Amino acid sequence: MECAALNPPAVLISVSASLAPWLEFFTFRDINLRLILAGCVLLGISAGVLGCFAFLRKRSLLGDALAHSALPGVCAAFMLTGTKDPVIILIGATVSCWVGAISIDLITKHTRVKEESALGMVLSVFFGAGILMLTHIQRSGNASQAGLDKFLFGQASSMLDRDVWTLAIVGTIMLCAVALAYKEFKLISFDAEFGTALGLPTRMLEIALSTLIVLAVAIGLQAVGVVLMAAMLVTPAAAARYWTDHLGNMLLLSGFFGAISGAIGTYISYLGPRMPTGPWMVVAVTIVFLMSLLVAPKRGIIARVLLLRRIRRKTAEENILRTLYVTGEKEQRMDAPSSVAELQQFRTMNPWILDRTLDRLMDRGLVNETREGFFALTSDGIARGARLTRLHRLWELYLTRKLELAPDHVHDDAEEIEHIITPELEALLVAALDDPAVDPHAKKIPPAMDRESAIS
Amino acid sequence: MSTAQKPAPIEVHDVTVAYRHRPVLWDIDVTLPEGNLIAICGPNGAGKSTLIKAIMGLVPLASGKVEIFGKPAKQGRTLVAYVPQRESVDWDFPTTALDVVLMGRYGHLPLFGRPRKRDKEIARQSLEKVGMLDYADRQISQLSGGQQQRVFLARALAQQTRVYLMDEPFAGVDASTEKAIVVLLRDLREQGCTVAVVHHDLQSVPEYFDTVMLLNLRLVAFGPVETTFTSENLNKTYGGRLSLLTEVGERLRKSEWSARR
Repeated sequence: MECAALNPPAVLISVSASLAPWLEFFTFRDINLRLILAGCVLLGISAGVLGCFAFLRKRSLLGDALAHSALPGVCAAFMLTGTKDPVIILIGATVSCWVGAISIDLITKHTRVKEESALGMVLSVFFGAGILMLTHIQRSGNASQAGLDKFLFGQASSMLDRDVWTLAIVGTIMLCAVALAYKEFKLISFDAEFGTALGLPTRMLEIALSTLIVLAVAIGLQAVGVVLMAAMLVTPAAAARYWTDHLGNMLLLSGFFGAISGAIGTYISYLGPRMPTGPWMVVAVTIVFLMSLLVAPKRGIIARVLLLRRIRRKTAEENILRTLYVTGEKEQRMDAPSSVAELQQFRTMNPWILDRTLDRLMDRGLVNETREGFFALTSDGIARGARLTRLHRLWELYLTRKLELAPDHVHDDAEEIEHIITPELEALLVAALDDPAVDPHAKKIPPAMDRESAIS
Repeated sequence: MSTAQKPAPIEVHDVTVAYRHRPVLWDIDVTLPEGNLIAICGPNGAGKSTLIKAIMGLVPLASGKVEIFGKPAKQGRTLVAYVPQRESVDWDFPTTALDVVLMGRYGHLPLFGRPRKRDKEIARQSLEKVGMLDYADRQISQLSGGQQQRVFLARALAQQTRVYLMDEPFAGVDASTEKAIVVLLRDLREQGCTVAVVHHDLQSVPEYFDTVMLLNLRLVAFGPVETTFTSENLNKTYGGRLSLLTEVGERLRKSEWSARR
């Protein structure tokens, strides 16, 4: 008895008993909680990984149709056996999904109905039939049917030992299959016809992949439900695509997104007793998707806005440099100053933006303020202005010579093109035009100044 | 070894292909001889791509058969490298140029087997042959159309076969890619390979190819460019639709009936 009093775990238990629920979750003491958490995380991983293939093969909607068409199978399995054993329910759901998938295939092949209509038809007809059977079962007064309606929106808390074990075993087998056939699944997702031409059993591989996707849907039905399961299949994949250009990384990331969504859903429903797990998982994965949409590098909205802003700034800077350069040409003095008002005349620019742009040009030593409100090019600024003017006039000449456009039609095009021409393109232009000296308006084309162009 | 009666790379025997009962190729009978650069020409909808797919066993034959080096197409097709149209795949797929070329090696690997070092080497060499080695690790959506086409050609090269079927490799490519493809085709011929190319630009046929196949729902003419690429044959191929053939095909589709198969 003395030993027991000193036993540290006993102390820990008494501490955790007094913990707030939001902290207590992380002790993972509640065996029921552990079970549900494991189930939701596992189904998140398998749906996330398999969903990538549905997403990349542009079969996202098929996932939704499959999930809905599982319902009659779930009901039929119960009606035939009278039990809610997970394996039996899983078999029923899988068979029913397959019948749905084959129906879509047959309708598309043998009638004039297009695939998207076939998807809609199968989805609603199967779902309707499922609801009909569900109502019938509930009216039959069979006591063991309780909870069958949870397959609509899912109820993770109804998961028992056996359910989670089934999920774990089927999920592990599925992930192993993906790891084994990674190369083949990649090929049939990218270019199935080429696979056939190589002599690979593509038909068989496609059936295998579809079966895995069906299984990924079927094992999630109890926790997430037929209505929402498609979101767990497709959304993690769509989010993962924002972060990576590598299929392997996409599978890992998508599985990870599915897993954390499962964990978050479980956490929230643990805190609020009335909170449903499945819908919260879907909310969590949607938030992951929105975050990816926003902050992902390169593809994300913020990255694209920043890039756009950089381009706009650069364009504004280059426009000012060119205006000052052309003014210098007219005055026959390249560092001739222009007033803000004169700049405004040439470039209809928001005065505030003009101000900021001039500030940046001064910071970079391309422009200096000769006196209050008057700006002139520095020697670096003259070089940059000359190059921009050169590109502008080269392009104008190219358009009039090679595309035979009238000289008064080419200015606006050149305004745009001057900002994007690379030294390589410049060299091609010069070669195509025989290193010209004047533009279509008989203005002098400034010679190439930098060393690379001087050589060529 | 025996020079007598070595089986031809590709023999097409009386092949008819139908989509939904409407024949799009009628009774094609042709033998592609070894070591030639063959242009397959014909108007839009003449069945050029369909013929290539029929040879590769990618579309069902309504009648006839294809033999590759004397073997049935289903067994022999691994001896043929196929370059599909560039637009047939989604180039936004998350993978790199090298990875796509590596797919050309899959036919040499056991099912579920991973590519080995040697396969990667061959893939890199293939990329080098089309001048794309610098882009090996580039995401394929970042490549230009011409570069994507070259990746597809490299994938076929990685198969290391003697026969190549290319579906419009010149379509919508830049000048440098066109040049690279021409060099590649000549290289392949020098190695004694047989290459058949669906080609749209009639002007360049005599320059790039030595043999021509003129196709318009049926085989109009096949033979050396000098004797076959004549204005008379071209008129037969491009001028005047064979309205009767189209009409009968349409009737077959409507009746949804076929005596074949």
